[in-house]
Amino acid sequence: MSAVASIVETASPRTPVVQVQGADKVFANGTRALDPIDLNIRPGEFVTLLGPSGCGKSTLLNLIANLTEPSSGRLLWWGGGHDHVGETGRNLVMVFQDATLMPWARVQGNVRLPLDLRRMQRADSDRRVAEALDLVGLTGFERHYPRQLSGGMQMRVSIARALVTEPNLLLMDEPFGALDEFTRNKLDADLIQLWWKKKLTVIFVTHSIYEAVFLSTRVVVMAARPGRVLQEVAIEEAHPRKDAFRMTQAFAGYANELSELLAAASAQGAES
Amino acid sequence: MKPTGNNRMLKWGAPIVVGVVFVLLWDYAIRAFSISKFVIPAPELVLQTLIANRGLLFGSLLITLKITFGAFFLAVLIGTVIAFLFVQSRVVEASLFPYAVLLQVTPVVAIAPLIIIWVKNTTAALVVCATIVALFPIISNTTLGLRSVNPGLVNLFRMNKASRWQTLVKLRIPSAAPYFFGGLRISSGLALIGAVVAEFVAGTGGSSAGLAYQILQAGYQINIPLLFAALLLITVTGVALFLLMVFFSKLALGNWHESEVAHER
Repeated sequence: MSAVASIVETASPRTPVVQVQGADKVFANGTRALDPIDLNIRPGEFVTLLGPSGCGKSTLLNLIANLTEPSSGRLLWWGGGHDHVGETGRNLVMVFQDATLMPWARVQGNVRLPLDLRRMQRADSDRRVAEALDLVGLTGFERHYPRQLSGGMQMRVSIARALVTEPNLLLMDEPFGALDEFTRNKLDADLIQLWWKKKLTVIFVTHSIYEAVFLSTRVVVMAARPGRVLQEVAIEEAHPRKDAFRMTQAFAGYANELSELLAAASAQGAES
Repeated sequence: MKPTGNNRMLKWGAPIVVGVVFVLLWDYAIRAFSISKFVIPAPELVLQTLIANRGLLFGSLLITLKITFGAFFLAVLIGTVIAFLFVQSRVVEASLFPYAVLLQVTPVVAIAPLIIIWVKNTTAALVVCATIVALFPIISNTTLGLRSVNPGLVNLFRMNKASRWQTLVKLRIPSAAPYFFGGLRISSGLALIGAVVAEFVAGTGGSSAGLAYQILQAGYQINIPLLFAALLLITVTGVALFLLMVFFSKLALGNWHESEVAHER
């Protein structure tokens, strides 16, 4: 492939954001965390990795985030090779289960961090911080310290910090896993609005079936020991989704389908 | 009922009550058992002696303070630099940390005579001794602090392609701050102790006589009230140093760190 062809290909809107090609992960102690995985993420998708603990969903996310290397196989970002993550000028941003805020910095400083690290002019970064805080509904909390905020609000700060870079790919590792159900539902609803409004591409890790159905355009169902993909399920519900979607027959149908898949896999695991 | 008001009462009121009760008991015991002033002087006499000899004692205090602050400043400077070196490489830390411990466990009294011989200037020699005593808490606390960084934040910085310098300034140093200030509190007291101990060993008199020399002299002359007065000055100085460090710590961490934030609940 010539250099020119490569550029054209990476520029095409249909090029997958990430291609996982037979990538697996064996830890140094010999534990097989992940069987070879094939997965394509297209622009504008909201893909959820769903499965029990130990199914390697976080490992897969870390591979996609380029935080770890696959033991074999490879990953392509925006059609390019491994080096391209840093060179395409595209942003791949991760939101962790913990809000991971700097306790010594105010909300403003926390959200501005990625821009500060890119040495952006203060006038530009302040405008973008204000926009991001508005998107997550935290306008007015700029001068607060993280410890003055509830868990849900800290998570919103964390999301604002991700949005401020205008990410081309947003990775979320059980971001609302530590929150109570009411807060989680509210944040889920806000997140899906945000995804729709900002045309984001999101890969979301969760072990909640309901969260997966509510958010996703596609659910990747995974099983444990060894970590592997069982099946992909498309959630064909129109966007923007509202809370009422949770009460529909269609929602219950998807939830049933997913829980049966997971139950069958865990029963199989118990026999062997 | 205001919890913050109660906290303040407890924090300042309780120790003051203990102090006043102690001084009253001391005074009472001296009278009741008619204890000689050559064994334990009454609190009033100590205060009188302090005022009567204020020129002598405060002059000595100034000299001891000079040594203490010199040593403390050097300990913070050297200790911080060493801690930064340790954090740059595990090899450096593994090779040198045992020797930092060695320095810590060697009694300063034992090496002070050597240092006094090696270093011509007496004041400089005393500063070196006190620095050795005060150095270790700064090294160990700052090293621990620079390493105690939230791994999630390390990942975040890495994913944002932060440079080594950015990670140091924006992540490691703020993370280390609470530990560093903890080190300051311990080290400031040790610098004073080191200065006094070194003065004892050196036994310097004349124009550069510190508080330790006044205690020695008072002991030789069995001037026990003067000895108590000098002792009082040293302890008050130690407490003042500690409070100064607490103040700095509050200034730097008051807004965010658990140890300094007034608990609202």
